[in-house]
Amino acid sequence: MEATEAAHGEHHTSLGVDNRMLLMWIFLASECLFFGSLISTYLIYKGESLVRPLPDDVFDIPLTSLSTFVLLVSSFTMVLAVYAAHHNFPKMMKLSLLSTILLGLVFLGFQVYEFRLFGSEGLNLSTNQFGASFFVLTGFHGVHVGVGVLYLGSMLIGSMRRNGLGPSGGLYMEIAGLYWHFVDIVWIVIFTVIYLIP
Amino acid sequence: MATATGTLPQVQEETTIWTWLTTVDHKKIGTMYGISGFAFFLLAGLEALIIRTQLAVPNGAVVDADRYNQLFTMHALTMIFLGIMPLGAAFFNYFLPLMIGARDVAFPRLNALSYWVFLGGALLLTSSFIFGGAPDGGWFAYAPLSDEEFSPGAGLDFYAIGLLILGTSSLMASLNFAVTVFNMRAPGMSMMRLPVFIWMMLVVNFLLILSLPVITVALVQLVFDRNFTTNFFTPAEGGDPILWQHLFWVFAHPEVYVLILPSMGIVSEVLPVFSRKPLFGYAAIVFAGVAIGVLGFAVWSHHMFTTGLGTVPQIVFTASTMAIAVPTGIKIFNWMGTLYGGSIHFNTAMYFAVSFIALFTIGGISGVMHASPPVDSQQQDTYFIVAHIHYVLFGGAIVGIFSGLYYWFPKMTGRFLDERLGKIHFWLMFIGMNITFFPMHFLGLSGMPRRIYTYDADLGWETWNMVATIGSYMLALGIIVFLVNFFWTMRKEPTATDNPWDAPTLEWATSSPPPEHDFDVIPEVRDRDPLWYDRDHGIEKVEPPSEMHIHLPPPSYFPLLIGLGVLLLGVGVLSHLALTALGVVIVIYSIWGWALEPTE
Amino acid sequence: MRPSPRAISLTVLSLAIVLITTWLIWIAWDATASDPMTTLAPLSDNADAVQGLYNFVTILAGIVMVGVLTLTLAFAVIFRERAGHEPQQIHGNSRLEVLWTLIPVAIVIAIALPSFSVIIDTTGDAPDDALEVVATGNQWWFEFEYPGLDVTTANELHLPVDRAVNVELRSEDVIHSFWVPQLSGKVDMVPGHENRLWFTPHETGMFLGQCAEFCGTSHANMRFRVFVHAPEDFDAWVASQAADAEPAQGDLALAGEKIATTLCAACHTIRGTNAVGQIGPDLTHIASRTTLASGMFENNSENMAAWLANPPGEKPGSIMPNLNLNAEQIEQLVAYLQDLK
Repeated sequence: MEATEAAHGEHHTSLGVDNRMLLMWIFLASECLFFGSLISTYLIYKGESLVRPLPDDVFDIPLTSLSTFVLLVSSFTMVLAVYAAHHNFPKMMKLSLLSTILLGLVFLGFQVYEFRLFGSEGLNLSTNQFGASFFVLTGFHGVHVGVGVLYLGSMLIGSMRRNGLGPSGGLYMEIAGLYWHFVDIVWIVIFTVIYLIP
Repeated sequence: MATATGTLPQVQEETTIWTWLTTVDHKKIGTMYGISGFAFFLLAGLEALIIRTQLAVPNGAVVDADRYNQLFTMHALTMIFLGIMPLGAAFFNYFLPLMIGARDVAFPRLNALSYWVFLGGALLLTSSFIFGGAPDGGWFAYAPLSDEEFSPGAGLDFYAIGLLILGTSSLMASLNFAVTVFNMRAPGMSMMRLPVFIWMMLVVNFLLILSLPVITVALVQLVFDRNFTTNFFTPAEGGDPILWQHLFWVFAHPEVYVLILPSMGIVSEVLPVFSRKPLFGYAAIVFAGVAIGVLGFAVWSHHMFTTGLGTVPQIVFTASTMAIAVPTGIKIFNWMGTLYGGSIHFNTAMYFAVSFIALFTIGGISGVMHASPPVDSQQQDTYFIVAHIHYVLFGGAIVGIFSGLYYWFPKMTGRFLDERLGKIHFWLMFIGMNITFFPMHFLGLSGMPRRIYTYDADLGWETWNMVATIGSYMLALGIIVFLVNFFWTMRKEPTATDNPWDAPTLEWATSSPPPEHDFDVIPEVRDRDPLWYDRDHGIEKVEPPSEMHIHLPPPSYFPLLIGLGVLLLGVGVLSHLALTALGVVIVIYSIWGWALEPTE
Repeated sequence: MRPSPRAISLTVLSLAIVLITTWLIWIAWDATASDPMTTLAPLSDNADAVQGLYNFVTILAGIVMVGVLTLTLAFAVIFRERAGHEPQQIHGNSRLEVLWTLIPVAIVIAIALPSFSVIIDTTGDAPDDALEVVATGNQWWFEFEYPGLDVTTANELHLPVDRAVNVELRSEDVIHSFWVPQLSGKVDMVPGHENRLWFTPHETGMFLGQCAEFCGTSHANMRFRVFVHAPEDFDAWVASQAADAEPAQGDLALAGEKIATTLCAACHTIRGTNAVGQIGPDLTHIASRTTLASGMFENNSENMAAWLANPPGEKPGSIMPNLNLNAEQIEQLVAYLQDLK
């Protein structure tokens, strides 16, 4: 290891992966356990609700398919943003980033709409085990999307400075992309296990 | 101030409070963890003394039932989360970079943040005593007792919010240390050349990374049940109290390995140094540690053997629990093999390390006994379990920590803790500990349940309870002797050289205490015991060049600020949500500032 | 490498020290078998099976402990630093390491297999002709019902000797645990779950039990007793318990009956009267019980009066509140209740 360091962004590392990238990967491992526990709770209480409404009474699969599609598209725009960052296309990067953020907000909008729709059909936190486990699980997922929106928003604002995101911009975008894709994958799991599987 | 020039890096820095509040230096952060951890250890010890005084005689009147239930709950919470874990973190923090030949951890500001968030959570939890009562449902807080119907006060809310904050701190530290171990090793420091202490620390970090999310979910569900009308654990509405137990123990069983593995690592460092021969069976000890970590996730329901699990789950968890005894035994035999054929120098650190082997064995064996569900059906929830716990946690974890303290004291402070006082401390603690906790085996076999604030006179429990109480006072005396030793030693002049013990690992390749930048020259590692290899092969220490440009990360107040924000967040949830909002604002502002501040 | 005479004698000395210590411990350990609530005096088939396994495990544990402690002590003494002695820099010994991996595996298998067998036996179903009892945990007392026999009582479980009893375990509130060490290992009473345990007592006598899962303020005070009778005595007990309450006799008791069937009726049942409360223990035959307040006090007039005067003062957190009875009311109630045999 040199006694002098050049760009602070790129230190030599034993595994060859940047520290911050490795941090995000391991953090996501812990997030797997977090969502795993919430999904497990949902599955344990599946079929154990004492009163209605039950999933079949409230789920609107076409609607949720649409919001899922929106989130999937946002992952695609995120891929574009990361590509643009690595290959130094600042305009494309900002546009893709903005699209990702907007699509994320649309997804959140769908979530809020869905929560209110279910609420009007008599499903809330205290109604039954379905309500409790469903809202806590999807609520925390929504919080993660929200944090992701703030995260990407900060990246967008940062990219509008004179130096943009700096020489490590590609790395930063890739790390943000990891987080965003993870949140999307968790949603795919939730959509499949909670919504689609009878 | 970010550069150090010249060939004499040993500069006595002038430190102020502000230095400490804004430090990102792992050694200072480790010191803060150590001092806080020890202070809370003393507090938890005080709680234990009150408990023992109450139980010294039947129908004791030292404290009433409610206060007693708060005391035993807080004794466990404080010892585990505010005592042993921070003391482990103190050593990890101080020595991880030094032992792998790095200058700091991967994320110095995150490191500081972990400490400040810990301190906030610790103060929040402890303050519960004066704000409506400490949690009193046991550290395990079983539902439905933890529900607001049966625990209407604020205690269990302090419990949930406090542990959520503490969990966040531990998670951040674990992520930081894991990345550091993987990514910041000196040239030649392959994974299988890492000191055992570092390996154990790595396992601990993964245990935390994977288990903390589970308790987080459980605590969130508890908060929702108590405050937001859900019924996750309420039987009348379709909830299941056993779900809490599963989620809790999936976290809490790995947690007990989090508590013991650091001390196992310390002992693995100390024994070879004072036996003057290498650790016996390094690879086996490392793999056994990893195996304990992995298997540690497969045994949790042995805490639930009496809950009516059913035949098959009982059999499965018996098998996995028995299995975990094997790697544990391997480590013990390897430590004994390290002593064999050695030339053992018995200073205080070595006394503690050798007694660790004996005391932990006793605790481990009683554990294997109640790994069998039928035997457990008599021992569960009795003082037999209390005996087991304290042999592994006091005779294991605490004794190991003291061994590390006496071993590494010269490295951290330049001074040697007095050996005569050290031996008095050791004997008072060793004898006191056995007098306190061994009789608890008898009490458990005699039918005395746990967590009872008093007991009747004619059940045959008086004698051993009185003996245990006397032992606890002896223990306390030993700790006082240590404190006297500590303060007296700190007033002496530093005299320690780089490597007074002729130890093999890299932390002894720099001054005592190390300069702020740890190493003048990052060492080249040629062997698992680097300094012994260099000594035996006549390899000289590399002299630093006449001009060095070492950049160290500058101090930052954002970790402190975020810590304050998180504390406000928690306090607000327990009192006025306006404080939570303020906390969130501070956190968001500070994250922004942190991201933008220069790190050169 | 042959051990030196010095090493041999020091090892023997260490063994002696460890064995003497173990023997002293053994004396104390064994002495617990004569304590009233001991876990080492099994008097039922269930407890016998557990004890057999426990004995086996303890002997194995003792052997391992003596071995490890002896060698650790011996090594510590034999290998103390001596001038001029350079220790051999060995890194390990594969053969030894394999050996001391396989031996622990063998030991844990030896413990696990009989454990599986006892697990299967004790978690299996009770015999078809077992006596049915429903035990319900409440904060902080035990209710015992005999569904087939129309008997409901509290804090005392009466059983016939040499007949299997299947105890259904319920809870009204939080998790409790049913534990009578001499008769059975414990099983938790989990609200919302239907746990059960069964055993066949083979000695008559009185055995102490206690709740063994922390359940709140007065967990320490949630105790009960089990009486195992000869069959004819058990039948007699059942007959007297199934009967309605004794009508009050005498002015004092009559006045007491009046209070009981109005005030106490809110929470308690006294069969044969209009007191049908379901919250507190059944009082129909309260005077037949040996203790009050779930095993806390001897059942006599003095203690009963003290209880009635201030239940939370006698039992912290008691759900039964202080009803602010005056001395006269208490005297009347005691007179009435002490006649309910």
